[in-house]
Amino acid sequence: MKYETQKLAYPYFLAAMGLFAAQVLGGMLAGTVYIFPNLLSETVPFHIIRMIHTNALIVWLLFGFFGAAYYLIPEETETEIHSPFIAKLQFWLFLIGAAAAVVGYLFGIHEGREFLEQPLPIKVAIVVVALMFLYNITMTMLKGRKTAVSLILTMGLWGLALFFLFAFYNPDNLALDKMFWWYVVHLWVEGVWELIMAAILSFLLIKMTGVDREVVEKWLYVIVSMTLFTGLLGTGHHYYWIGTPGYWQWIGSIFSTLEVLPFFAIVVFAFMIVRKGGRDHPNQAAMLWTLGCAVLAFFGAGVWGFLHTLAPINYLTHGTQLTAAHGHLAFYGAYVMVNLAIITYAMPHLRGMQPYNQVLNMWSFWIMSSGMVFMTLSLTAAGILQTHLQRVMAMGFMDVMDEIDFFFILRGLSGLVVVIGVVLFIYATLSTEKAQVKAKNMTPQAAE
Amino acid sequence: MSEGLTKSTARNIFFGGTIFFFVILVALTVHSFGYIEKNSTDVAAITPSVAQGKHVWERHSCINCHTLLGEGAYYAPELGNVWARYGGYEDAEGARDGIKGWIANQPTGIEGRRQMPHFDINEQELDALVDFFRWVNTIKTQNWPPNEAG
Repeated sequence: MKYETQKLAYPYFLAAMGLFAAQVLGGMLAGTVYIFPNLLSETVPFHIIRMIHTNALIVWLLFGFFGAAYYLIPEETETEIHSPFIAKLQFWLFLIGAAAAVVGYLFGIHEGREFLEQPLPIKVAIVVVALMFLYNITMTMLKGRKTAVSLILTMGLWGLALFFLFAFYNPDNLALDKMFWWYVVHLWVEGVWELIMAAILSFLLIKMTGVDREVVEKWLYVIVSMTLFTGLLGTGHHYYWIGTPGYWQWIGSIFSTLEVLPFFAIVVFAFMIVRKGGRDHPNQAAMLWTLGCAVLAFFGAGVWGFLHTLAPINYLTHGTQLTAAHGHLAFYGAYVMVNLAIITYAMPHLRGMQPYNQVLNMWSFWIMSSGMVFMTLSLTAAGILQTHLQRVMAMGFMDVMDEIDFFFILRGLSGLVVVIGVVLFIYATLSTEKAQVKAKNMTPQAAE
Repeated sequence: MSEGLTKSTARNIFFGGTIFFFVILVALTVHSFGYIEKNSTDVAAITPSVAQGKHVWERHSCINCHTLLGEGAYYAPELGNVWARYGGYEDAEGARDGIKGWIANQPTGIEGRRQMPHFDINEQELDALVDFFRWVNTIKTQNWPPNEAG
């Protein structure tokens, strides 16, 4: 590790992994309630479990993004982080805010818009945390070398903070409420977060393949151009049926279909760079997560998004399990995997160790990814059946759910596989040289 | 992509294009704002009771089980057209009593059936919630959902 302040990323990555575990346990629990609906129905009802599942996801991804920025910005700008103190303070504020939110949810303290359930003081705290972070990163960038990677990353993070401000606008008119709600949700995950993802992947590829920065950064600009040129007006695919004008059916269908392009370009770009570079980087696991991220983001966000994005199709599929299928694989492929890639890459440096437990980490990759793919296929089957029964045959919702019960059992089982993968990942990332030796020989070593 | 494209050209395309598309998005959003207020929603009908109903809806996080105009969780039925489903356009009193009665009688406790929790919602708030559902059902949604099942 070249810069002392890169160590600031360490607690962020730890918190990210801790909340990741909480998120998948929450998901596992919610998936179990689908199979055994009476479970916990009076103590911790489904809506609370789901709130924790989605919020923990968002918060741990943000922890990961913050950590990634603190790790790679010093290397990119070739200078230390402006204020380590702010970085540490920001960490604790964010962690305490997140913990307070989760405990509050368990006691029924929350607001009522999906994903924006954080009570007002927590929302304010999120903005304060984001401002501290952006001040720190921007000051660092201004005094150091300006690269496309750090510029795109910082732009993405600024966008993240700015669009979150729409979370404070909640009009009485539901149609207006929904239109601007998407300014947070869509412009995050199909807009500025993709800049963050592309920047992190570019950093990883530069470091691991040794390919010339000029080549990678040119591609980065091309990819993020495609992302925003399609993704901004792609917002229209959320404006079909919520009281917004009919022209969105055309705009949304066309532009959100084109949203597949940047994801395809990322796949081509990543594999091309790796082939071109061919440097045998010792951290094979980080390479696996990087390429896996490109591929599964393409399938989850690109292909599974396209499946139901054309307005005439979406008229029938809107708000069915198909949306859930797409949501799960898109978040996993794009944002979970990019975080696990940078964590896998950075952790050995941060802990001052060799990249140990590569095999275990790679097993966690295959287990977790298989689980997610199978989960997506189960939900897709459920969604197609639901679409036919409910939207074409006009069967009542609860009867439809009884018909497709089998697929929720499959989803529950694949969720268990994912949880196993996550536990393995955390173990592989945090274990020591000693633990690996132990695992290999399976005999206790004498104390030294 | 092509060999002719330089990094600085790519950067200029990125910034120029992003501003261009963002401006279009903002312009269309402004237009849609007007369309919602004038054409697709009955703004005059948003009474204090409808507004209060929306707060009741939010306070109990109904969206994390139900969908409303197709958005939300997919664990429980769509409620954007619950007013029509309960026959509100034929018999408003009956629909109101039906929805309120349903909420008040939860949970059913039936084994193997998804449970809606018991919520402490008083009579006046229940009426406000129903007013909200009734208002939401009047939003012109390009004829979504396809049928009464939601």
